[in-house]
Amino acid sequence: MDVRLSAEQQALGDSVARVIDDLGPRTVQQLDDPERARRLDAAISAAGWRELRSALDDGSPLASGVEVSIVAEELGRGLADAPLLGPTLAAELRRLADAPAATSVETVALAPDLSKIAWVESGVAGPDSVAIDAQGAESALALAPASTSVSGGLQLVTVPLRRVEERIDLTQWTGAPAAGSVPRPVVEQGRVLDAEALDRWTALGLTVTSADLVGVMDGAVQLACAYARERRQYGVPVGSFQAVQHLLADAFVAMEGSRSLTLYAAWAVDALGSADALTAAATAKAYSSRAARSVCETVIQVHGGIGNTWECIAHVYLRRALASTEVLGGVGPSLARVLSGVQLSDGTWRDDGLR
Amino acid sequence: MDFGDSPAEADFRSRLRSWLPANNPGLPTSSTDDDYWAGMASWHQSLFDAGFFGMSWPTAFGGHGLPSVYESIVDDELAASGAPPRPSLGYLVQGILEHGSDAIQARFLPGIVNGRERWCQGFSEPDAGSDLASLRTRADRDGDEYVLAGHKVWTSYSDDADWCLTLARTDHDVAKHRGISAFAVPMAQPGIERRPLPMINGITKEFGEVIFDGARVSADNMIGEPGEGWRLAMTVVSHEREPGELGFVARYRKLVGQLTEKVRVEPERYRVEERRDLAWAIVEAEMLRRHVSRRLSDRLGGISHGPEGSVDKLLMTQVEQAVGHAALSVGGTGHGGGDQTWTKVYLYSRAQSVMGGTSQIQRNLVAQRILELPT
Repeated sequence: MDVRLSAEQQALGDSVARVIDDLGPRTVQQLDDPERARRLDAAISAAGWRELRSALDDGSPLASGVEVSIVAEELGRGLADAPLLGPTLAAELRRLADAPAATSVETVALAPDLSKIAWVESGVAGPDSVAIDAQGAESALALAPASTSVSGGLQLVTVPLRRVEERIDLTQWTGAPAAGSVPRPVVEQGRVLDAEALDRWTALGLTVTSADLVGVMDGAVQLACAYARERRQYGVPVGSFQAVQHLLADAFVAMEGSRSLTLYAAWAVDALGSADALTAAATAKAYSSRAARSVCETVIQVHGGIGNTWECIAHVYLRRALASTEVLGGVGPSLARVLSGVQLSDGTWRDDGLR
Repeated sequence: MDFGDSPAEADFRSRLRSWLPANNPGLPTSSTDDDYWAGMASWHQSLFDAGFFGMSWPTAFGGHGLPSVYESIVDDELAASGAPPRPSLGYLVQGILEHGSDAIQARFLPGIVNGRERWCQGFSEPDAGSDLASLRTRADRDGDEYVLAGHKVWTSYSDDADWCLTLARTDHDVAKHRGISAFAVPMAQPGIERRPLPMINGITKEFGEVIFDGARVSADNMIGEPGEGWRLAMTVVSHEREPGELGFVARYRKLVGQLTEKVRVEPERYRVEERRDLAWAIVEAEMLRRHVSRRLSDRLGGISHGPEGSVDKLLMTQVEQAVGHAALSVGGTGHGGGDQTWTKVYLYSRAQSVMGGTSQIQRNLVAQRILELPT
């Protein structure tokens, strides 16, 4: 066992950090700068960071879950307003289904409660399906009953999208099936997706969103610490007060615990069987989701009155944390999956009340 | 980046796994019964004799000289087999390795590692808890010896110890941090009174009080130079904050495994709140396991111990107390008759946010040394 990042993995993290530190939004005003956002998007695209899960000739992914998590954490830290999660999960679905790579920007559609991939019945995509992280995407992948004779098998379909104008996360857009659109099979003869493949895909999704949450916490804690060193009351920096120090120490500690679980989940995506990978990912997601909301709330509190204004970027971290938490399940669904991992639940959570 | 075993690690794991079933002493649940502590000495010796203790310590003193990651394999397998955790002695070993002369190391480390000599740690005093440097126990030179007078408290395992790693003031004319020296004090002598100090869960074998009144220690038993006691204490407490050094992951995972089994046997008995508490305990224990892997891997590259030990201590405390809450929730209190083991586990968990430096002190250290907030 040696869980230190390799030199290549560290270099990957450094190069993502350079891009996001240069081109990411530092202020709420910069979120409205389309030229900056376009350059960020172009830089991520040129680096190929959205294609890390596309298939090599032998069907294995170009890079492991660890590399994807490294990119996701850095982009989360810098509040990247350019897609990663959506195209990554779409590429993973195509890889698992043995389908050719997408020819245009593509994301995935989730069920209305975001708990799983969207399901297309009778040739119609549910109008409430949510295409996540959909900026620039014309279509999203969803699942439909396989047209082949394999019973219970599922196949990939592609659904044309329209943009949803309302959003809580100011760094990402969602999409919905375009009115009157008809989903089309991605391939005539692909591999049929089974439950094991979908578990592995879900494990990747939970892991990448956990990594995003770790990054969001990191960026938010740094923001609050910088503010606490500068903001003065009673003639001294507020960061010198023990009450404030302890809030920020707890926030930092919660982030470190999340990072350790996420690192393991990222390794597990490719190294373990699908059931163990899913449990590892759900464990990380439960912990990171609880931590991220609490950490972002602390960061707003440390900013005082300013933290409750639109112009302070603290709420942008909290909003992104809420959105990333919901994708494929936050605390409740993840705890249900953890219990399922020790055979104490069937993994469903709707009426479970776990949180 | 690999959480999996190397071939050598896998071989070690499999040897330990096949040794454990026949050698598990089946002690009561950790820290809930005096029989647990009574059985730990022979468990220590049994682990040592079979080659499964002190994996990362120097071979010269009975260790195996392997990377620290082997300690986490030991913890994994102990927990999985339901065996007791390994004895928590790493902080003593590290303190003596870092500050003791060659002669001190050769005299004392083998006995600590092989479990034939038992130790306690005489640091805290009634008026010196978090403010340890204000300790008042004195050691006055008398020929080739020092004479000790003072009162130590929260002295774990003092009742059974052969030796006490004692901090005492040897110089009263310098700043309080600089006048402290450390000694290996033999416990079997007149001038030492030991009093058991029952903990809130009723066990009497863990805490103790030690009264020094004319006890004597050879000047040769000073560990480090005169006045080096504070630095030694900081080395010891920094290791005492590290779950990888303490082996607590095994204890938490064993408890969580037992609670999980209770629910599995009678699922209909448990409400959603109770299953939720169990789920969080599973998540927390797993977090610490992976976090320790991260820290032990960092040590492969020689990263030394710094303020991140305070992060680890806070995480470990969160785990212990989440396990304590699950114990209460799933195990039940035993109020009105019945097994009180799980209440004792819960009550014991409250000490974790105090022992080895309170959570408040750890937060100060994280804020000031890692987050660089102003003082």
